[in-house]
Amino acid sequence: MSGLVQVIGRVAARDLRLALRQRGDAVMVVLFFVLTALMFPFAVGPEPNLLARIAAGVIWVTALLAVLLSLERLFLADHEDGSLELLALTPTPLGLVVLGKVLAHWLTTGVPLVAAAPLVAVFYSMDATALPALVLAMALGTASLSLTGAVGAALTLGARRGGVLVPLLVLPLYVPVLIFGVAAGDAALAGLSARPYLMFLAAILLLMLVVAPLAAAAALRQALE
Amino acid sequence: MSLFSGRDIVCIRGERRVFAGLSFAVPPGGALLLTGPNGSGKSSLLRLMAGLLRPAAGALTWGGVPVAEDAEAHQARVRYVGHLNAIKTVLTTSENVAFWARMAGAGAADVEQALAGFALTPLAHVAGRLLSSGQRRRVALARLLAAPGELWLLDEPSVGLDQASLAVLGSAIAAHRAGGGRVVAASHTPIDMPGAQTLDLADFASPTPALVEAGW
Repeated sequence: MSGLVQVIGRVAARDLRLALRQRGDAVMVVLFFVLTALMFPFAVGPEPNLLARIAAGVIWVTALLAVLLSLERLFLADHEDGSLELLALTPTPLGLVVLGKVLAHWLTTGVPLVAAAPLVAVFYSMDATALPALVLAMALGTASLSLTGAVGAALTLGARRGGVLVPLLVLPLYVPVLIFGVAAGDAALAGLSARPYLMFLAAILLLMLVVAPLAAAAALRQALE
Repeated sequence: MSLFSGRDIVCIRGERRVFAGLSFAVPPGGALLLTGPNGSGKSSLLRLMAGLLRPAAGALTWGGVPVAEDAEAHQARVRYVGHLNAIKTVLTTSENVAFWARMAGAGAADVEQALAGFALTPLAHVAGRLLSSGQRRRVALARLLAAPGELWLLDEPSVGLDQASLAVLGSAIAAHRAGGGRVVAASHTPIDMPGAQTLDLADFASPTPALVEAGW
């Protein structure tokens, strides 16, 4: 059992080290998130009431797009340099390797997005009382986004123009996370409890924790054939 | 005596039958050299042996037990060096080798030994992107020493190696075989493997397209 956890840790540690040495990638995702979110006031006008009302939605949609942007490189680099073959040949279930890679992906894209979200929320003059719910929902939601995205990234690995195919495949699957994520923020803004929506997000995360590594591992094996 | 063997293996890639009716057996300490023209299926056979591909027909067995029955046990035995080197350009030589050693359950001492084995100790702290193609090949081969495994599957291991490194590779293979290990290598250039059986994949090439044969 501890050996299995070790595999996740080792793969995650390697990917984190790689991300740390190529910081540009992670920084770009956050910059994309912040800049895209800041485009909306120019488009819809600077009226504070309107901005506060759309804040949760804008933050979620742009975070979703930012995650999509980072998905292609999840397995591609390992596929191109031959590492993926060797990872598939390690005497451990490939799903654990996937889990390790997704953990690193979440830590390098999901967590920075969660950290940047309050900043964007302030720009949108969102009520501070809604911030804890927003951050918590984002933390749960982005983890699900990384897991679901891993399946899409693995499925499109062998395909040409995989980068374009991933959003087509993954975006529909992101809808539940988007709905409950925005609802959590809106509920907190309206002074209601965000708890039920957070529970739904947690349930989605638990489901994806089981399903996504298995599905992605099967897709990776297919890509390696 | 546990043989690593394959019987009547058929390999289909895309819609083309690459080879058919191929059989082989490698005893402990044995070596098998795969030869044949480009596209005759040397790499495909190695990938079949590694478990990355599944044969369209036929069976691979280890000591009489089908390999597919316990894939994890087989993967614990296999050390595969493909034509890609699996080197991360931003990691140093020792980090690259250490990662794969740890994934296979080996320790840090083995890594140092492996680097020394392929004369990589002076390059231990050099980033992967700064290595020459021959040096990259040596890093890939150092993985073999860093985490011992019973079956080495080498796809063109000598590409880019200089004379001195070729000799090192030869003695590494000899030491591995002396310890009861097996080697299957595909190569166009001669590799020093005394007493190795040769399997010419051109003998098993099949001119019949698979789909025609299947009655389509």
